[in-house]
Amino acid sequence: MRVAIVQFPGSNCDLDTLHALRDVLEMDARLVWHQDFEEKEFDAVVLPGGFSYGDYLRAGAIAAHSRAMHGVKRMAEGGRPVLGICNGFQTLVESGLLPGALLRNACLRFMCRWMELSVVSNDSAFTARLEEGHRIRMPIAHNEGRYFLDEEALANLERNRQVVLRFAADNPNGSVNKIAGICNKKRNVVGIMPHPERACEQIVGGEDGKLIFTSLEEWRR
Amino acid sequence: MSSLPPDVSLTEDEIIHVRRSLAREPNALEWFMIDAEWSEHCSYKSSRMVLERLPTRGNLVVQGPGYDSGVLDIGDGYVLTAHVESHNHPSAVDPYGGAATGIGGVIRDVLCVGTRPIALLDMLRFGPIESSSHSRWLLKNVVRGIADYGNCTGIPTVAGEVEFDEGFERNCLVDVACIGVGRKSDLVLAEARNPGDTVILVGGSTGRDGIHGVTFASRALARDSDEDRPAVQIADPFLKKLTIEATLEAIKTGFVRGLKDLGGGGLTCACSEMAAKAGAGIEIDLSQIHLREEDMSTIEIMISESQERMMFIVEQGREGSVEEIFRRYEVPFARIGRVKEDGNIVVRRGSVEVARLPSQFLASAPISPRPKTAPKVSKPKLEVESVDLKRILIEMLSSPNIASKSWIFTQYDHEVGVRTVLKPGQGDAAVLRLPNGRFAALKADGNSVYCSLDPRRGVQNVFAEACRNLVAVGAKPVAMLDHLQFGDPGDPEVFWSFEETVDGLAEAARHFNIPCIGGKVSFYNEDDRTGKAIKPTPIIFVIGLIDDEKSITRMAMKSTGDSVIIVGKTRRDMGGSEFSRIHRLTGSAAPRMDLDLERRTMGAVLECIGEGYVGSCHDCSRGGLAVAISEMAVAGNMGASIDLDAVPSDPLLPHELLFSESNSRFILTTNRARDIIALFENQKIPCSAIGTVGGDQLCLSGRGSGTSVAMSELREAYEESFERIVNR
Repeated sequence: MRVAIVQFPGSNCDLDTLHALRDVLEMDARLVWHQDFEEKEFDAVVLPGGFSYGDYLRAGAIAAHSRAMHGVKRMAEGGRPVLGICNGFQTLVESGLLPGALLRNACLRFMCRWMELSVVSNDSAFTARLEEGHRIRMPIAHNEGRYFLDEEALANLERNRQVVLRFAADNPNGSVNKIAGICNKKRNVVGIMPHPERACEQIVGGEDGKLIFTSLEEWRR
Repeated sequence: MSSLPPDVSLTEDEIIHVRRSLAREPNALEWFMIDAEWSEHCSYKSSRMVLERLPTRGNLVVQGPGYDSGVLDIGDGYVLTAHVESHNHPSAVDPYGGAATGIGGVIRDVLCVGTRPIALLDMLRFGPIESSSHSRWLLKNVVRGIADYGNCTGIPTVAGEVEFDEGFERNCLVDVACIGVGRKSDLVLAEARNPGDTVILVGGSTGRDGIHGVTFASRALARDSDEDRPAVQIADPFLKKLTIEATLEAIKTGFVRGLKDLGGGGLTCACSEMAAKAGAGIEIDLSQIHLREEDMSTIEIMISESQERMMFIVEQGREGSVEEIFRRYEVPFARIGRVKEDGNIVVRRGSVEVARLPSQFLASAPISPRPKTAPKVSKPKLEVESVDLKRILIEMLSSPNIASKSWIFTQYDHEVGVRTVLKPGQGDAAVLRLPNGRFAALKADGNSVYCSLDPRRGVQNVFAEACRNLVAVGAKPVAMLDHLQFGDPGDPEVFWSFEETVDGLAEAARHFNIPCIGGKVSFYNEDDRTGKAIKPTPIIFVIGLIDDEKSITRMAMKSTGDSVIIVGKTRRDMGGSEFSRIHRLTGSAAPRMDLDLERRTMGAVLECIGEGYVGSCHDCSRGGLAVAISEMAVAGNMGASIDLDAVPSDPLLPHELLFSESNSRFILTTNRARDIIALFENQKIPCSAIGTVGGDQLCLSGRGSGTSVAMSELREAYEESFERIVNR
């Protein structure tokens, strides 16, 4: 399985994600500069964290309109796995591939902390290896991570079991229903605020993030 | 007729020197170029002679002070680079923008030697935030400025320290250090060595921001400093991120022969310093530069300090391969000139020559000799009435100088890069993994109160504390950088304290065998209303190395039943302590310093850690023994029982024993107490088992006194006070 990590100007977790996938997990992953992205060459795609286009306008808003996102949309429609981490999640929401919006944290501060997360659904391309009801630890690092959706849409999201991760204890950013990650209806497009690539080695704090990436291998439809 | 412009800040003597050396009257642009390059900020004209006393050589040192970054050889073909910067005056006027551009500058210093910036440290000083809303406003905006800039560039902010003192109410200090890592073979010098090579200006456009930035920094803040806002530059971390990636990729081509960031003094300093270092000249054409505003004068272009700009010297004929990389990252660039043989800096605008000055002349400002006198010592106030130990301990843990700074460090992305092994709050220093399997430990310390009592002993305390912090995480200190911040060097008392500081630092550095690989001097830090200088504030940034992952040691207490051990002797060292600050006691002396004992103690602790005897380790300094043990207990979320009678000490009152800030002390927890005590006894270093880890209380008993505090109370004081004060 060949995984693309799309680099936008201002992406800054691209190298970390490559390190996790290629060096730690020995997966076939490569960096692709956004202008060079050809979706036909890949089985799955990761939009890494960072500040694409400086987060000018709104976080993820400019990247959402890039040419590369047309390719990502075709992959999503074709059922291939798409993961957005942090700024990647913001980009997926801005591009309409995932519902809702990511607002400024309720505390009005950037927040970098390791968080306990509870696994709500393992029926998605990037949670298939996780046990529902279990807790995992990964760090967050964001300023705009407060997931928001109006009441009716939220009820739908919950009913369809599209929430995949929730903050288990504290709610660091004020997300509705403590949401930390969601998927689309087809369950192949996943967006999460925590950084699994920062939780793939014990030496830097934990290994739970590995399961997010290796879920790819488990999830085949 | 003289063309000397009215706002040039050169002294009478310097003006005479210029006219005599050039044997002609410079034009206005030339005066401004000389003014920028000869500012204290760029030329170190007051400090240069004194700084030469610092030891700068060592086995690992590839490049020492005088360059954009210090460079250390960390083995296996890799180098570690480091630099420190401050942005004190800009941050006092515009805390958000000033703090952000301060980081921007230090990142470029590390980048321009050809290494990837991998970590930032921030050392901040403000007035008392408990009582001053102005200082709270400064703190909030400085932290947000650092966070927004650092987080966006993808460089983690991994450590720092903060001090609150009345002396900083009207002149905050905002210091930042950056370290980088790279291949030794990719190092680039800030030199224009080969005539014919092309000068390419890369990055942001040149605008009117930061005009006169260096002269702004080289005098005291004035009452109308708000009108100096154009002297504060505008930050663009997004462009910085692109510039970092484009620069590192360009270096890989092998065609970049020289590189320098445009910081203080802008184009003027970059051109003259690169040319002077190589004994060459540079000719540039200002009409090629991408300007932010059309009608900028030659003077404005030459001294603008607009951010995110780098000057590349590229091998003639190879410009295309380098420029292709800039194009790909959509980073603006322009060929603006050539390296010349004749040793002159020549500035043209189109075909008209507007300035011509010898590069050596520009880059060597005459030394300003400064008189010095020791200040009079004021009478100490040292008496304290009866002390409620529990109340004082809670008060100390709640003090912004001691309480957990998690409100600050959670705003910084300290994880990006996945190198951060010890994160803020986990140990006495940050620990990062390096590409060759080793680990770097980083810590910067400062203590303006000690240094005001005795600058020589004060800086030795600061330096030793930073070293102990590294030792506590298991690292051997290998190099340091000094950031020296003082008032007006023309004041003989200020200059006396500056010299004492450098001498004290040099003495300790020789004793510890730790070379200085870089630094920065910032003068003219004073209160704009009273004209009173800040307390002498040297910040010492020490870099350590760890070879074995198993040596990395945290401060959290680990297991119930472990012994608590104190290393070192507690003496009556209350001068300048946090206890004295809280009780408004003044005067007395900074803690005593026995450099030999300090060095031996650090060596023995490292030995214990290397042997695997140590469960957790914490330096015992600010706040004293009671605070150090509380911090370890809170971090490990477990209590301890301590027998104060077992602490090796002079005859002391209970509060002195608990809160004295004597040097050369550590607290360890261990299940190998007997081995540790034997090791220290062998080396004739005081050491004693003083208690046991466990329970949900911290019990301090003995000396006919004592107290016990519930862990929940300690935790609340230590972990929640800072945010409560900030949000007042």
